[in-house]
Amino acid sequence: MYPFTYSRATDVADAVRDKAGHDGSAYVGGGTNLIDLMKMNVEQPAHLVNVAKLPLAKIEDLPNGGLRLGATATNSDTAWNEQVKARYPLLNQAILAGASPQLRNAATNGGNLMQRTRCYYFYDLATPCNKREPGSGCSAIGGFNRIHAILGASEACIATHPSDMCVALAALAPTVRVSGPQGERSIAFEDFHRLPGDHPEFDNTLAEGELITSLDLPEKGFAKHFAYLKLRDRHSYAFALVSVAVGLEMDGDTITDARLALGGVAHKPWRDHSAEALLKGQHATAETFGRVAAHVVANAVGQGSNDFKIELARRAIVRALKQAAEGKQEAGDVYLGGQ
Amino acid sequence: MSQLLTRAPASGGLPAPVPTGPVRLHINGETQTLQLAPWTSLLDALREYAHLTGTKKGCDHGQCGACTVLVNGRRINSCLTLAVMHEDDDITTIEGLGTPDNLSPLQQAFVDHDAFQCGYCTPGQICSAQGLLNEGRAHSEAEIKELMSGNLCRCGAYVGILDAVSEVANSQGEMVK
Ligand SMILES: Cc1cc2nc3c(=O)[nH]c(=O)nc-3n(C[C@H](O)[C@H](O)[C@H](O)COP(=O)(O)OP(=O)(O)OC[C@H]3O[C@@H](n4cnc5c(N)ncnc54)[C@H](O)[C@@H]3O)c2cc1C
Ligand code: SF4
Ligand code: FES
Ligand code: FES
Repeated sequence: MYPFTYSRATDVADAVRDKAGHDGSAYVGGGTNLIDLMKMNVEQPAHLVNVAKLPLAKIEDLPNGGLRLGATATNSDTAWNEQVKARYPLLNQAILAGASPQLRNAATNGGNLMQRTRCYYFYDLATPCNKREPGSGCSAIGGFNRIHAILGASEACIATHPSDMCVALAALAPTVRVSGPQGERSIAFEDFHRLPGDHPEFDNTLAEGELITSLDLPEKGFAKHFAYLKLRDRHSYAFALVSVAVGLEMDGDTITDARLALGGVAHKPWRDHSAEALLKGQHATAETFGRVAAHVVANAVGQGSNDFKIELARRAIVRALKQAAEGKQEAGDVYLGGQ
Repeated sequence: MSQLLTRAPASGGLPAPVPTGPVRLHINGETQTLQLAPWTSLLDALREYAHLTGTKKGCDHGQCGACTVLVNGRRINSCLTLAVMHEDDDITTIEGLGTPDNLSPLQQAFVDHDAFQCGYCTPGQICSAQGLLNEGRAHSEAEIKELMSGNLCRCGAYVGILDAVSEVANSQGEMVK
């Protein structure tokens, strides 16, 4: 790699202070994304503040009936937490669909939210990339863009957010608690990640120096009727081409509440409120699902090599809605494809 | 909003090389204090400084699992973590699981089932399988396959690897069948 300095934070205040005291510094959690990018010289922090051992690893009940996921709890510990399995099985399945057991053992919840796109050009210093070098251009537009966005992209950037966990979170709508030089605040999950617009260099709305401390899930967990469906080039240990997270509440055959979010299709986990509204009050039929799926991709735009994603997403939405309505997917120790 | 791409300040450039410092690691039950730079990965520390070359470097980017070791009993990729991040952690490498005269059950099962060809991925496969047994969450062959998917084998010895891991999981009462 290249030379940098390092320290291990002792508590949240110490971490925030240490980061603020070093220009061009970064927090490191599990390191599974940041260290990879540092080896490629994409990220080059001059100083690392290790937050992995901060006392933020707890998963605990909130007085409002929700559940707090500590920012430094590992993805594995979060997926396998008994409360998560019982109350938020969608999250359990989405996390276990991502990466590998080794990576999930190291990866932290905070780091998962902050992971960067897997756009090939973002990683390749020899090519223009607006996310890496603002103003340099976007090599993916007109280039190889099989893994790129079909919704919400801009002329500056068509990258996707690669996380599986975040797709389930988009459906479950937690708040992200952060602590920074200006104090503490909470960000609605939906407002955390952003669309690229003219500034693809910003993945999210975190301010300089802010540290994620927890994700606070609301009580509603859609534990009976949910589905996480991930479609990829190989059966395991690959990023999603398209993924779908669904949470439904049902009264008999009627959908009384719905959440729908997509992964692999946009710069942020793509929650579609209008599709959710279309589902509410409807019978869970193939006709309903087909109509809603067509609505979600109505404005989708392909870039050439990723044109297939539009039809893939449409079909995946139908299948995931059907699976959720049937209520067959369960929390588990493994993700076996959401069948 | 913060610009997420973190770069050393342009004016100062990168900091002068930081002198190495002592890092205390517990490796295979022995405490070792190694002189390491902050940017030395755990993988490089094990291979180049602790001279334990059983752990292999395949991709160096978290994509193959050849570098899998156990940290406090849990399997991780040693290439995507820094040695300094593991001060005082208990690290177990393939050398710590068994010896040529006294193979661990998994090591023996890999031999019995011909679970390798070139052998390059094998230390990572075995450490990963040990992590899988420690986790205790694989109860069928389908689950073993999924939970071993972080380890690639370029020689395609997967059938033997699955047999070896299944046999030990079975003997430890982890399989449902
Ligand atoms: C080969 C490979 C395959 C993968 N496959 C998948 C997949 O299929 N699905 C998937 O979802 N993911 C996948 N991943 C990505 C993986 O999930 C992420 O790398 C991981 O979640 C990042 O977490 P971390 O703690 O290691 O983050 P780090 O690498 O430590 O940090 C990532 C970023 O987050 C920042 N950060 C860390 N903690 C905090 C905090 N508390 N507050 C503010 N900022 C913070 C860091 O500064 C850095 O910018 C894969 C990764 C690899 C290497
Ligand atoms: S899609 Fe975004 S990340 Fe990829 S090259 Fe274009 S600007 Fe860079
Ligand atoms: S060398 Fe670490 S995963 Fe390949
Ligand atoms: S035995 Fe050769 S890579 Fe697995």
